[in-house]
Formats: sequence, structure tokens, C-alpha cells
Amino acid sequence: MTDISYVKTERHESLPPPKSEVGIIHWLRSNLFSTWYNSIGTVAVLYLFYLVVPPLVDWALISPVWDAQSNQDCRFEGAGACWGFIGARINLFFYGFYDMENYWRPTLVGLMLLFLAIPILFEQVPRKVASGGFALFALFWAIWAIGGIGTVASLNLAVAAGVFLFLAAVAIASYLKAPRSACAIAVVAAFPWLSVSLLYGPLNVESLQSGFGIAIYAILLIGGGALGLWSRQRRDALGTMVGFLLAYAALVIIYMSWGMDLTVQPTNTFGGLMLTLVLSVVAIGVSLPLGIVLALGRRAHTMPAVQMLCIGFIELVRAVPLITILFMAQFMLPLFLPEGVNFDNVVRALVGVSMFASAYMAEVVRGGLQAIPKGQFEAADSLGLNFFLKMRLIILPQALKIVIPGIVSTFIGLFKDTSLVSIIGLMDLLLIAKSSVTDSKWLGLEHEAYFFIALIYFVFCFGMSRYSIYLERKLHTGHKR
Amino acid sequence: MANTAESTGAAMEISDEVAIQINGMHKWYGDFHVLKDINLTVHRGERIVVCGPSGSGKSTMIRCINRLEEHQRGSIVVDDIELTNDLKNIDAVRMEVGMVFQHFNLFPHLTVLENCTLAPIWVRKVPKKEAIESAMTYLERVKIPEQAHKYPGQLSGGQQQRVAIARSLCMNPRIMLFDEPTSALDPEMISEVLDTMIDLAQSGMTMICVTHEMGFARKVANRVIFMDGGEIIEQNEPEAFFNNPQNERTKLFLSQILNH
Ligand SMILES: Nc1ncnc2c1ncn2[C@@H]1O[C@H](COP(=O)(O)OP(=O)(O)OP(=O)(O)O)[C@@H](O)[C@H]1O
Ligand SMILES: [Mg+2]
Repeated sequence: MTDISYVKTERHESLPPPKSEVGIIHWLRSNLFSTWYNSIGTVAVLYLFYLVVPPLVDWALISPVWDAQSNQDCRFEGAGACWGFIGARINLFFYGFYDMENYWRPTLVGLMLLFLAIPILFEQVPRKVASGGFALFALFWAIWAIGGIGTVASLNLAVAAGVFLFLAAVAIASYLKAPRSACAIAVVAAFPWLSVSLLYGPLNVESLQSGFGIAIYAILLIGGGALGLWSRQRRDALGTMVGFLLAYAALVIIYMSWGMDLTVQPTNTFGGLMLTLVLSVVAIGVSLPLGIVLALGRRAHTMPAVQMLCIGFIELVRAVPLITILFMAQFMLPLFLPEGVNFDNVVRALVGVSMFASAYMAEVVRGGLQAIPKGQFEAADSLGLNFFLKMRLIILPQALKIVIPGIVSTFIGLFKDTSLVSIIGLMDLLLIAKSSVTDSKWLGLEHEAYFFIALIYFVFCFGMSRYSIYLERKLHTGHKR
Repeated sequence: MANTAESTGAAMEISDEVAIQINGMHKWYGDFHVLKDINLTVHRGERIVVCGPSGSGKSTMIRCINRLEEHQRGSIVVDDIELTNDLKNIDAVRMEVGMVFQHFNLFPHLTVLENCTLAPIWVRKVPKKEAIESAMTYLERVKIPEQAHKYPGQLSGGQQQRVAIARSLCMNPRIMLFDEPTSALDPEMISEVLDTMIDLAQSGMTMICVTHEMGFARKVANRVIFMDGGEIIEQNEPEAFFNNPQNERTKLFLSQILNH
């Protein structure tokens, strides 16, 4: 009989891996040329690249015409893309038919959104950087505005001061609080109204045109504020909320009807990238919160009426193509609205696209809610969290994290779907590209126009996709639950 | 309550004050009658172990006490608050009753410390700084203060369960419910969790504990309850319960769990 007992007395030390397991040669061999059919595939793909890439690079980058007065300048042997055309019509692509003198208005809105979005999207932006950024922005704005009042169309003292105050307030709040929450509050509570005034101008609020109406708004404003303060002292949360909300709503309406005395830019002049961005930013901003509410409503088994309403909305909207919704918003909405209420075309498109996106978002969010184990709800309940706290602190953060890829896909789809508004005559990026090449000076430059807008769409969509990957990584905590 | 037995469990102090009073409580899942005429009075400071075969309704019973499950007949009064459909009462009871689950149910997106401070901050409205201090003392008490800034996914099962206990304790509950807190753990981790629970029992906490750890029952319980088929079949002090069971079903159950 052999002796089976064995005792190891030393530890084996770790050795570096053999040469054949590391390095670029190893990578090539194991990934691109591991088998004969893999090798054939690799070679075939390389050949395809060779066929497509050099001509494309030549067309777009090596021999294009950068400067052109008309398509004649681009018609010679060996000429590449006619980028001069894009350069000459760039304003059309970016602003549509918006009044040229007032380009600074959408530009300002875009810049403000960018500055507000960065601290919200990237939590780790230091407060000094964020508040410094806003302070610099405010400073540049002040310099530009001081020189511009009287010479730049519709820039007046109220606008100059209003925008400056907004930027300065965000700068200070970012410094005192976390930049992220300061910017989030600004985006929700002030930015939308400020941008409506800047992009469009004063709204025509009929109820504010009579003395009686003004009195009512004044009462709402003062009464709401007083109710809010009084309830706050009594620690009555509901009263505080209702009071301040009333006052806030009255204030917003009064402000919008004043609109800082800007000139009105009719929405049918909105177009190009600006319109595409207005549509998609609003639809994204509406669809996520509304989608969450709809998803929660759909799961509210204890409230059958709410549940039915949410299911009805989601299923109805999802069962109809977006184009149909847009047509309906265009032609059928007026049938349901009282006489005299007249919605603007862009607003109708906004409502249609937002509704559509919300229904899809609701189902994406519901998928996330479904994936949260029952134990999480029970643990939150057992700690005494009420429904809203449970959702906000425990369930939604986890559910939304799970469905980040779905949410971002919906956003990307939404961004591209805004091009469908061209069907109801809105001059979005796609329709601008299409019509720009019908100009007799620039006939026959479809390649350039579509390539350019494809590039714009790609930049935005790819950016969103990368951001979602970043976010998933950032929110990853530990190995499993 | 007589406390003459020799075990440490029965020797600990029990007051006359009633913590939980369950009277004639019934519960159905659809047609299925899960709990049948449950009557139970728990005094402050009592440590009750509930055992019984799988599916006998142990979990359901203790989950009725903090209204994770709704009962259909009879009454449950916790700390003089009756559990009805009134959300205020339910929230009030849940603030006083901590619960530890078989599968820990920690919040995976929050750190250990955040798990512990969340409910005190949002429900009890404790200032953040105080909540952190008190959470750290409880984490020290369950002997894992050094893990405070890790996420639950980075801890072992035993550590997670101790965090779950600390998380409940941070709400300063007057009653603790445990639903098989050790049955999802590997053997070498069971004792660390049981030690924490023993420590808690010795501090005078009112506890109801569903468990099959009979050593734990002998050591800390002052009463053992045996359930089968949705009914309380037998209850007694641990010595008497284990050495001299009366009901046939109890005898069968005990012979099954003690003889392998
Ligand atoms: N949500 C539910 N719907 C229907 N029946 C249920 C539900 N939850 C539990 N039951 C049933 O109720 C009975 C009691 O379940 P309970 O979980 O209380 O048993 P238990 O004693 O805790 O068992 P275990 O030791 O396996 O945990 C079981 O027969 C179970 O199948
Ligand atoms: Mg159970």
C-alpha cells in the first residue's frame, strides 16, 4: 500500500506569465487570427476598410472646398466636399429662420443650459470650479451687455440685469451649497421661464390684461406667500407647500407676461439645431419625471382608478405612431380645446413628443421597479419610511440605475425622432438640410448637407451613450446585492 | 411571569408592562387560512423564540406585528397602538419595532453608514451629525465600525447581517423582530450574529425571534413558542419546552431537529 498522506510546508511564489500570454502579438493572434476563418474575416474587413475609408477621408478632409460663394466654386475635377456651402449657411442650420439680430438669445440659452448641466451631470465638479465658471459667465455677460444695450437688438436693461442676477445667484448658491443641487434647483425653478422669455419673448396672458385680473394675481401672490410663511411657522408641511406654490405660480405667470420687455420672436421662425434641441430638451425634461409618475401609478394596486388611468395613457400612446400623434396634436387638439385657446405649433409638437416619450419612459422605469426585490420594499417599510421617502431614497435610485441603458436609449431615440416634426411643417434640422439644397445657388449639395447633420446627430447621440456608460460605472457599488 | 428556571434567559428582568398584545388574530392569503386564532401577550423585556416546521406561519405571524402583512380578524396592539388601516398608527408602530430579515435586505446603493443613518435622518428627523455619531456607536456595538464606508456588496454575509441589526437599532426601537436571521449564513458566521443578538438580549431589549438555533433559545429565551399549521401549539420556558414537550407534534418536531 502506498502512503497517501502529504503535507505541503512552503507556499509557491507567484511567477510572471509566460511571454506568449501577454503583449500585442499575443493579442493579435488570440483575437484576430485565432482560427483560419477568423483570419479570413479579419482580412476581409481590412479590405472593406481599405475600399471605404481612404476615399471618404479624401472627400471630407483632404480635398474639400472650404470656401465657396456658390456651388459653381465646388465644381471642378477632383473637388471633394463643398464645406464652403455649410460655412455659408451655418446660421440656417443652427438657428433656422430666427431673426439674425436676435441670435444672441438662443445662444445665451444654450450656454446657460450647458453651464447648468455640467455640475448636474458630473457630481465631482468642485464647487470652486462650478461657482467660478458661473461668476466668469456673469462677468462676460455684464461686459457684453453693457456694450450691447442700445446697439444689440432687443437687449435692454431688464434683460441685462435679469440674466446677470440669475447667473450670479447660481454662482453664489453653487459656492454655498453643493453645485449640483444649486444647478438642479435653478434648472427646475428658474431656467425654464427665463428661456421662454429669451427664446420667444413676453407671453400674451389675457387674464393679466384687466385691472381685475391683475388684482387676482396680486392676491394670489401675496396671499400665497403669507399662507406659506404662516403654515411654515405652524410646521404645517401641506399648507407651506400649497402657499408657496401658489405664490410661485402667480409670480411665474406675471414674469412670463412681462418677458423682460423683449421683442416677440414667433415660433415659426424657430428652426434647425435650435428647434431640435428645444424639442428634445423639453421632451427629455418632461418624460423622465412624468414617466416615473406613470410607472408608479401603473403599479398602484391599491388605487384602481389611478392605475387604470395610467395604463390607459401608456397603452394608448404606445399603440399610436408618433407621426399620428403629431398630426393629431396639429389638427385634432383644436377640436377639444375651448374656442379662443390657440396653441402654437411648436407647443403642440412639444406636447406630442413629450407625451410619446413619457409613455415609453414609464415602461422603461417600470422594468426597473419590477427588478427591485420585495425585500427592499419591506426593509424600507420596517424602518418606518413613508411611501414617498421609500420611493425617493430606496427604490427609485436602484430602479433607475438598473435601467440607465434603457433610459438613455429612449433619450437617443427621442432626440432623433424629433426629426419627424418636419412632417407638420416645423423646420427642424432635417427639414433645414433638405430645403437648404433647393436654393438655386447651392443646388446638388445633398451629400454635404446630410453628412453635416448626420455628424451633428452623431455627436449628440454618441455623447449621451458615453455618458450612460460613465454613469453606470460611477453608480456601481460592490459586486452584487 | 414566573422566572424560576436556571437558564440565563429566564433569569433576566421582565417587567409587567405589556409590549405586544395579540388577540384572536386570523389571517388568510386568499382562501388559505395561514394564521388561526393567534393569542399572544409579550411583556417588555421578554425574549421569545418562535420555532416550527416550514410553512407553519412563523414569518407571517411576526410580519403582522409591524404590518408588513395585514391581518383580517382579531386585534394586534403594539405599545398601546392598535394596528388598523390608519397609516399614522402603522408608521408609529414601525418606528418602535425594528426588524431583521433572513436575507439582510440592506440597501445596496448606500454605504453601511448611510444604511444606518437614513431612517433616523428622514423618519426621526435627527440632525445628520448626531445620526452619524449614533450609527457609529451601534456599528461598534456589532463590532464592525471599520466597515462603515463600504457598500453592503463588499461585506460577508455575517457582517451584512450585523449591519442590518445595527441599522434597526439606530431607530432606537423598543421591540426587535428577527426572522431566521442566521439561516442564510455559513456556519462560521452564525456565531458572530448570535453573539450580537445575545448581547442585545442582555441589554433588556424585547425580542421575538424566529430561529431554529436551539442553543440560542436555551441561552437567552425566556419563552419558546412552537407553531404548526398556522396555530400556536405549545409554549413554555426553554428548559421545560425542550426536556418535556407535551404535544405530539412538538415532540416529533424536536426529535427531527435535535437528532441530526
Ligand atoms: N404571499 C403569500 N401568498 C400566499 N401564500 C403565502 C404567501 N406567503 C406565505 N404563504 C404561505 O403561508 C404559509 C406560511 O408561510 P410562512 O412564510 O409564514 O412560513 P414559515 O413558518 O415562516 O416557514 P419557513 O420556515 O419556511 O420560513 C406557507 O404555507 C406559505 O406557502
Ligand atoms: Mg419564514
